[in-house]
Amino acid sequence: MSTCWQHIQFVVNGQHSAVDVPPMKRLLDVLREDLGLTGAKEGCGEGECGSCSVRMNGELVNSCLVPVLQASGASIETVEGLAIDAELHPLQKAFLECGGAQCGICTPGMLMAATHLLAKNPHPSISEIREGLAGNLCRCTGFIKIFESVLSAATMGGTNAR
Amino acid sequence: MRGNPESHELIAVASLPEALTWLATTPGEWTPIAGGTELMVAHAAGRLTQPKLISLWGLPELSFIHVSDESISIGGGVTFGQIRRHAAIAEEFPLLSLAAGWIGSIANQNRATIAGNIVNGSPAADAPPALLVYDAEIELISQRGSRRLPYANFHLGYKQSVLRADELVLALHLPRRFAGHIQYLRKVGTRKAMAITKVALAGSALVDNGIVTEIRLSAASVADRPLRMKATEAVLVGRKLTPETRYNARTALLNEVKPIDDIRSTAQYRKHVAANLLDEFMNELSQNKQSPQEPSQQGFTE
Repeated sequence: MSTCWQHIQFVVNGQHSAVDVPPMKRLLDVLREDLGLTGAKEGCGEGECGSCSVRMNGELVNSCLVPVLQASGASIETVEGLAIDAELHPLQKAFLECGGAQCGICTPGMLMAATHLLAKNPHPSISEIREGLAGNLCRCTGFIKIFESVLSAATMGGTNAR
Repeated sequence: MRGNPESHELIAVASLPEALTWLATTPGEWTPIAGGTELMVAHAAGRLTQPKLISLWGLPELSFIHVSDESISIGGGVTFGQIRRHAAIAEEFPLLSLAAGWIGSIANQNRATIAGNIVNGSPAADAPPALLVYDAEIELISQRGSRRLPYANFHLGYKQSVLRADELVLALHLPRRFAGHIQYLRKVGTRKAMAITKVALAGSALVDNGIVTEIRLSAASVADRPLRMKATEAVLVGRKLTPETRYNARTALLNEVKPIDDIRSTAQYRKHVAANLLDEFMNELSQNKQSPQEPSQQGFTE
């Protein structure tokens, strides 16, 4: 059985995009395969690990659990939208400086969850950072350096610093 | 990704009446999908058997929280993130706020809806124990009209409910008469967070001069459905919390729960812990606390 493909339009990192895809294709796969945005990763594929985190209309979501039809007309932010040209986002700088990134698989999701946290709460406590990133798993860093990276970025002015 | 997106149809509708029309025309053919935190997991694993899905995500008629003098009504499409952020729910129905914060991560809470949590029918679901002790009513809607029934009567068995193929959950209605109650909710899982319940117990009660004048108890993962524990309540209501009453309540609970052995725990463990949680709630009632614990002190216990 096959289904009708649909023409779906949305805004990704501020730019209008349109794809022709099956409506049940996951947003994650559309970003990676149709738009070439391979920052968001597939870890678990079931909403547990957060490595596919993106923002959709200003809310943090796991893109592996979003059928692309539900993203129709939405504004999507991915990790590729954080840096402006060669200028890294303050969170990205902090992850580099504080050792928040090691193998890199979880890092795009961590950055998006942290971006979302700082957008809602520019000066989070450590426990608020822990909760904000609780849906993102890292098997390298032991998490402490990631929490310190977010705290450092928030201290430097977070998402509004650039 | 083992599922094939081309094996499934997914349609979007502009309004609730349009969704109800699709469901009424060929009942059972279309499966509603909202935030996808359950169905998309099955889809990725190649386990999604439903070929035709209808998206309810973002329908304005399902996305409301309405506060009236008598009740707070929560639309079926309201997410747990929205529930957590709602001040009046946090103030008067703190157990529901607390449970909303247990539902996966922030990203999951931003997508998972209260109707999805209920309709999915898991006995381990986080929201139902709170809804049961708050005497919630559930309102179902179809092209035939709407009907409203006690949420306690919604589930009929494991993944079985009174919901008909052409119906959707329109809203949950919470009567605003629990603000003065002593309220309790504790979840026991494998980890402190991001874990499915092994056993959870919720309670709400009034104590006057040491006598339990009103009490409601419910539990998760101890039966084939979210369980309101009326037999245990009956042992406690109208009584002083003497050692004998407490012993009888514990015995009643052990008879009332019917847990199973499964991947997450054993029936024996679940019974024992459910009884211990009741003990903890009875301790709080004995101390006659007037307000629920702050969520930060209240537990999701390893």
